[in-house]
Amino acid sequence: MTSDHAISLVESLQVLADLRTDEVVVTTMGAAREWVKICNHPLDFVMVPSSMGQASSVGLGIALARPDKQVIVCNGDGSMLMNLGSLITISTQAPKNFALLIFDNGMYEVTGGQATPASTGLRGEKCSVQFDELASVCGFGTVQVFKTLDEWQSGAKEFLAQPGPICGVLKTAPVSGNVSPKSPGPAKQRALNFKEALAADS
Amino acid sequence: MSILTGEHITKILTDLGITHVVWIPDSTLGEWDSAFRAAESLQVINVCREGETWEIAAGLHLGGANPIVIIQCTGLFESGDSLRNVLHDYQIPIFAIIGYRSYLSQETLPGDTCLKFTEPILDAWNVDYRFIDTAEKVDQLEEHYRSCQQKQIPGVILLAEGKA
Repeated sequence: MTSDHAISLVESLQVLADLRTDEVVVTTMGAAREWVKICNHPLDFVMVPSSMGQASSVGLGIALARPDKQVIVCNGDGSMLMNLGSLITISTQAPKNFALLIFDNGMYEVTGGQATPASTGLRGEKCSVQFDELASVCGFGTVQVFKTLDEWQSGAKEFLAQPGPICGVLKTAPVSGNVSPKSPGPAKQRALNFKEALAADS
Repeated sequence: MSILTGEHITKILTDLGITHVVWIPDSTLGEWDSAFRAAESLQVINVCREGETWEIAAGLHLGGANPIVIIQCTGLFESGDSLRNVLHDYQIPIFAIIGYRSYLSQETLPGDTCLKFTEPILDAWNVDYRFIDTAEKVDQLEEHYRSCQQKQIPGVILLAEGKA
């Protein structure tokens, strides 16, 4: 792992939690694992279990159905690789209320830390895939990389206020230990609860 | 050529209150594209790969919209894990039309293996589907949709297609 991956995942999510008011927040994989420890909001959609990579697509659907609500998707780099086409689908639909955050630690953290095909671990330092560049060429108008917690703390509010679709890439450090995300409850009931909460918030 | 014209399917979807078509057109269902886009009440969402369709539709449903997924059976094969996640993990009642490639003609793809796998895979995914292979059966689309919505369960119309 390189020193590029410097931000604590937990601290970066805490910054988002501190800023969050009434936005929809969709989380998956490592971000979901940590988010449920620091936030419990009716407009959280914790996508565990998931079809890996599909949080960006669920978020897009919510954003299109509810253009009055800001939707923030917290994705991982491994998950993003599973659904790169969604970057194009999102930018084609161009919802102004959609923000995609990619927490890029260069590895499949929840499966034990294997390098992704996009990372320097498999490709070498000079040819790692940059998710900000991918998002940009796919049509995201606003793309920003955050390499330190200070950058994220000082820039997150302004970044999230930009019209969507926007993409932020946070270079996060991998988490060790018990890293498997756990479902916070029965999936069907959570989906029903989320739908009702979103309907009530209009 | 499809059993349903673009104008006919658009009227059916509009009458059913569908708000969003989430799809990838194939060489048969693609004939519906211009009619969908001409319909003021339908928002058309083209995706890059079929796995996106079920999850975008799920998000639309959670947001209060009434989406439908339209893909070919090859896309059903591709998108199994997304289908599983949406229809079985979260039990979101998404409805889909799935084109059954080569059912009416194998002129361009003799021995098309879609004919071998499509129905067993729908059975394996435990999806309640109706098969439409003639114009006389088209009413089943509306009937099955309304029935599934009433029960709040997912459903599929398997629609026979001709040449690939």
